[in-house]
Amino acid sequence: MNHTRLIIAREYLTKVKNKSFLLMTILTPLIIGLLIFLVVYLTSFNNDSLKTITVVDNTGLFANSLKGSGSIEFNFIKELSEDEAKTISMNKNDYGMIFIPQLDDFTNVDYEALSKSIKFISDDSPSLTVISDIEDKFEKILTNLNYKKIGLDINLIEKSNIYVNLSQESFKGEETTKTDGVIKVIFGLILGMLLYMFIFIYGSMVMRSVIEEKTNRIIEIIISSVKPTQLMMGKIIGTSLAGLTQVLIWNILGFIILNIVTSFIGISPDQINSSGSVESIEASSFPVEMLQSLFNLPLLNILIAFILYFILGYLLYASIFAAIGAAVDNETDSQQFMLPISIPLIIGLYVGIGTVPEDPSGTISVILSHFPLTSPVVMMMRIPFGVSIYEQIISITILIITFFAIVWFAAKIYRVGILMYGKKPSYKDLYKWLKY
Amino acid sequence: MDNILIADSVSKEFGNYKALNNVSIEIPKGSIFGLLGPNGAGKTTLIRIINQISIPDTGKVLFNGENLNPNHIRDIGYLPEERGLYKSMKVGEQALYLAQLKGMTKKDAKKQLDYWFDKFDITSWWDKKIVELSKGMAQKVQFIVTVLHKPSLLIFDEPFSGFDPINANIIKDEILKLRDEGSTIIFSTHRMESVEELCDHIALIHQSNKVLDGNLDDIKRNYKTNTFEVALLCDNKTTLKSLINAKFKSQTASFRTLGDELKLNISLNANQTPNELLNFLNSNGQVNHFIELIPSANDIFIQTINNQK
Repeated sequence: MNHTRLIIAREYLTKVKNKSFLLMTILTPLIIGLLIFLVVYLTSFNNDSLKTITVVDNTGLFANSLKGSGSIEFNFIKELSEDEAKTISMNKNDYGMIFIPQLDDFTNVDYEALSKSIKFISDDSPSLTVISDIEDKFEKILTNLNYKKIGLDINLIEKSNIYVNLSQESFKGEETTKTDGVIKVIFGLILGMLLYMFIFIYGSMVMRSVIEEKTNRIIEIIISSVKPTQLMMGKIIGTSLAGLTQVLIWNILGFIILNIVTSFIGISPDQINSSGSVESIEASSFPVEMLQSLFNLPLLNILIAFILYFILGYLLYASIFAAIGAAVDNETDSQQFMLPISIPLIIGLYVGIGTVPEDPSGTISVILSHFPLTSPVVMMMRIPFGVSIYEQIISITILIITFFAIVWFAAKIYRVGILMYGKKPSYKDLYKWLKY
Repeated sequence: MDNILIADSVSKEFGNYKALNNVSIEIPKGSIFGLLGPNGAGKTTLIRIINQISIPDTGKVLFNGENLNPNHIRDIGYLPEERGLYKSMKVGEQALYLAQLKGMTKKDAKKQLDYWFDKFDITSWWDKKIVELSKGMAQKVQFIVTVLHKPSLLIFDEPFSGFDPINANIIKDEILKLRDEGSTIIFSTHRMESVEELCDHIALIHQSNKVLDGNLDDIKRNYKTNTFEVALLCDNKTTLKSLINAKFKSQTASFRTLGDELKLNISLNANQTPNELLNFLNSNGQVNHFIELIPSANDIFIQTINNQK
């Protein structure tokens, strides 16, 4: 046991003292913060610019009804051919041009045919939101015209329209909003992604450290003093402690940043938590609502689950990574074994992204959040939506049992592999090693 | 004589490959024991079993009369043939770590390291990384790490490889000194001249089997053919040669002398003593050169291996 402690200490210190580790610890939150800032800033910047669109309306039907909104502005021109219009519009440096051709028959207009003849012409491909915005506007106008044509009273139709905005509430009686849903999706995805990244980053760290010992040929000296299993576990635990240190530092930094942000907006997390009367605070409502949704999440459950799934998921994958490191002589050779263990993680991530927001308690989500190779990632995506404690306990129990089984296999391969040099082993070789 | 280590019918298989087949050896306390054999004979497997890196399939190993167990790890020091240290770790830190893994306290390890670093005059290396050292320098560090915890059994696999002659000599002297201080040394090498120079016992392993073992002098006694290298100054070489051939077996030999002598390798027949030969030669000419041909470790090695084929 004393030996394992020594190994853990060495692994931990080598990792933590490593310059790139220090750099990553400090820079990552800064880079993420900067990225978020950039994305937000650039998006708002992009949306602000006014888009002038020339409308060549040869029918005269839209001049009164088609109105600009948001960042779109319409300029009407009449009675031009398509080619003439194009030259004018191009010289004016507009965002684009809408061309509506002349009608053949003014008395009995076929609006369906008309809708198909409307064209949007521009230099660059226009943004999807602009196009769908314009489509919406034309749809509405043409539908109304059609109603009129067949003798329906538009006012009556509008009066009889009913708009539904469901008020949401959980069984525990907590009110939820749409923002809650969005935050759950985003938060779940972030948690799942983080776990996925951590498992890969720290797992491959273990693998590299095993390969290093093998290529340095120090391995034989070490295992003449300690058992290979001790070395492997010491390595895995030491690296995971280094990882936890990093996560802890990021958490503290994140907490500080969150506090700065909230005080910048003008509210404190306590205020949001204690009172529902956020409306009284005079601030832009979206960030406030977002923060409120954030604090509505089962944060304690998320934190505990995250640490458990991080540790267990990492331990599970790190043992596999350690076995791979022992089996090969250098990192390039590890590719053939990396693929099969990456697949479940990647499936977990992408299937999780695809299915969990849609239906957090659907069959596929539930299965993947119990299957040990995908459960850390998928369960973390589900937990913000609320997963019963029993389900979490079952999933974690399966994970723990699998972990012990995998460690047993990994240790066998590790024990033999670290002393094997030269030939790149096949799966058949690995199977044979299990029986040595 | 007391044996520090006894391997009793040790076998080890890897899949279908038998790496050791019923190998038994006894290593006397305080000896330098040469573990010899061609490449791939099974020496490393045996050494790994002694180091408890692998476990024998059958047979047992006794260390000081006890079944080999993890408590013995600190009594054994092992310098593997494939050397290696953590490249980016500092020399001192690394040596301390490895010593602690062998069960030394940090304080003890530091004290011993100071002694050895001082002895080899390498105290300035303490804060250097291994990558900054030359191969020979790293080997020295590795040697220190092997002997630091004063093990009663030391296993050196090709200890001189990578050293220049001067440093090889320093290491050789240290090995002899360790033996004099009471350590037993297992010495695995292909360099027969160092076997000749250092070993008092040997075991020869060939194709997973032990084919020869024992006291090196005893083995040489068994292998010697009672042949003498002789240079005689005489009047008529041809007559003398036929006279000798009538009584003994002889072969023309060539070696360097200062005169124009008759040079022969003469073998005794059964029941003849060296004195009989010497007296006979003495009465027929002037004996300038008379040496018993003792087989070298190299001869024994090659002969034994070839006999196996």
